[in-house]
Amino acid sequence: MFQYFLNKLSTTIPTFLGITLIAFAFIRVLPGDPIMLLGGERGVTPERYQELATQFGFDRPIYIQYKDFLLNILSGDFGQSFVTKQPVIDEFLARFPATVELSFAAMFLAILLGLPAGIVAAVKRGSWFDHTLMGLSLTGYSMPVFWLGLLLIILFSSILGWTPVSGRISLMYYFDIHTGFMTIDALISGQKGAFRSALSHLILPAITLGTIPMAVIARQTRSAMLEVLSEDYVRTARAKGLSTFRIIGLHAFRNALITVITVIGLQVGVLLAGAILTETIFAWPGIGKWMLDSIFRRDYQVVQGGLILISSIVIVVNLTIDLLYGLINPRIRQTRG
Amino acid sequence: MALLEIKNLTVEFSTAHGPFRAVDNIDLTVDAGELVAIVGESGSGKSVSMLALMGLLPWTAKVTADRMALDGKELTDMPQNQRRRVAGKDMAMIFQEPMTSLNPCFTIGFQMNEIMARHLSLTRHERDKRAVELLSMVGIPSPESRLRAFPHQLSGGMSQRVMIAMMISCNPRLLIADEPTTALDVTIQAQILELLASLQQDTGMALVLITHDMGVVAEVAQRVVVQYAGQQVEAREVIDLFDTPKHPYTQALLAALPERAKTQQLPSIPGVVPGQLDRPDGCLFNPRCQYTVEACKRIPPGIQNGVRCHTPLDAKGNPTDPNGLRQDMKVSS
Repeated sequence: MFQYFLNKLSTTIPTFLGITLIAFAFIRVLPGDPIMLLGGERGVTPERYQELATQFGFDRPIYIQYKDFLLNILSGDFGQSFVTKQPVIDEFLARFPATVELSFAAMFLAILLGLPAGIVAAVKRGSWFDHTLMGLSLTGYSMPVFWLGLLLIILFSSILGWTPVSGRISLMYYFDIHTGFMTIDALISGQKGAFRSALSHLILPAITLGTIPMAVIARQTRSAMLEVLSEDYVRTARAKGLSTFRIIGLHAFRNALITVITVIGLQVGVLLAGAILTETIFAWPGIGKWMLDSIFRRDYQVVQGGLILISSIVIVVNLTIDLLYGLINPRIRQTRG
Repeated sequence: MALLEIKNLTVEFSTAHGPFRAVDNIDLTVDAGELVAIVGESGSGKSVSMLALMGLLPWTAKVTADRMALDGKELTDMPQNQRRRVAGKDMAMIFQEPMTSLNPCFTIGFQMNEIMARHLSLTRHERDKRAVELLSMVGIPSPESRLRAFPHQLSGGMSQRVMIAMMISCNPRLLIADEPTTALDVTIQAQILELLASLQQDTGMALVLITHDMGVVAEVAQRVVVQYAGQQVEAREVIDLFDTPKHPYTQALLAALPERAKTQQLPSIPGVVPGQLDRPDGCLFNPRCQYTVEACKRIPPGIQNGVRCHTPLDAKGNPTDPNGLRQDMKVSS
């Protein structure tokens, strides 16, 4: 198992290096000059331009810039924003909990609904439930995130007035930040109605962000279960006279989980990508909105640093999923290599 | 009273081309402690009939029977949850592919424990102890450490031994073995057959052995049922059947045994078992039979003296004409 872990770990190194290169190159190939944007409508004089370019290091050869960037990152220095002059890592850490809270909520919904729905659809294959679910999941999967978010706002916020339109909590509440998760901090603060307010702010973005993962999880669970249910060992379990619940919930599902876990892991990347749109629509102060704003400002340091931090999280999550996979699947646990 | 009684068992699958009858009015009785073999080519419905008995067919299968009773308990109208208490306990089944029949995610110990926990009132410790006893009974070396092994760490022969140990753990009255040796090496095949036969002797359970191998039948069975295209064509004591086969199909199967072949090249039966769309009228075997007369092509034969044939063979292996069909109709070419 340890050997397996080391193998998986070593494969992340080239991935990480590749990401630094892409992050570095991506923002630089975008048209637009950060110094000109910084200067605003009045513009900058050639002398001032030269001064700023030297200050930011843009006048050096591109490969030197990349080398410095890489070395800085490896020593944990992500630079500072051109615009706010704050260290990128501080800005990131200040916004990250909001995104994590939103992603957790979205993934929680996606798994809570998608997994059982997929299992039931597989067991009752061909039933009206199966057809309805597959139709719904196709719709959910195909629907653009921003459009779904807007539709939800129109229905639940404008027409029904059940939920607030944007933000993380009503402005009438104020309390100390402990975890950075608004719902949990609201609970800790003990203020009446605070938790309820935080939750009602969270629910629509979570649904918006969770819809695609939910659809994917439901479909993949269904197909994994369908495949597993026709396996010989499921027939053996039935021949043993076990209860239906045990046959489906334990013997079949445990095997289907091997595929489903991988799919869930892949959805983490989708979630972080989807967070950009969702956070923008709901004015959710997370890293998605932060990244988008920084791209518009051509804030090189923030964009490349943020990209790397986000990618690192995806890498860590995928590594964790690989390990989980090894725990679930004994055939992997015991092979070396 | 017989241990197992099946009367008029029919299994139909609904397909895009209408219903397909995989098992056609089968009767079977098995006495306690008896070893009965069901023989036939692929597609003759031998597995399907036994899967129907165990209640293991998918929902697309329509199972009907006048009677299907184990130890006097009628199974046809038994509610699902009660029927599940019979499967695994009073009757158990092992399958053709031992490597895929065990769940890859769980240890051998877990899978053996589970069936005992379901049907027997033993403590966990007693179940573990019994699992070790059973594994050594089926000839698995160092059984204690095997309990912690996963199926992928076992060979095919070992897996089949584990399946056998697991399925006899609740002392079933009847064990059904569905081609238990087909997927195994030839050297292992004989060992598994011997194991099954000796377990059957020691425990006194009845054993239904499904096989397409006449050699296997000769070695272990007491009684043989020959099936063809979902129908029973001959059912007799094993010695009688081998000495004087009455059905042309049985005769052809026996002639294809290597030890009985008289020529350099092994004889075969031309053609294949009819499927859903090419079922002939009359006797289902008539297109492949060397003794076909006109009547065979039009009138489905019934069972007379344990054989389903218009022209059952005599002791010398020549066709007879008990119903006088040949006087009216000329022998077809």
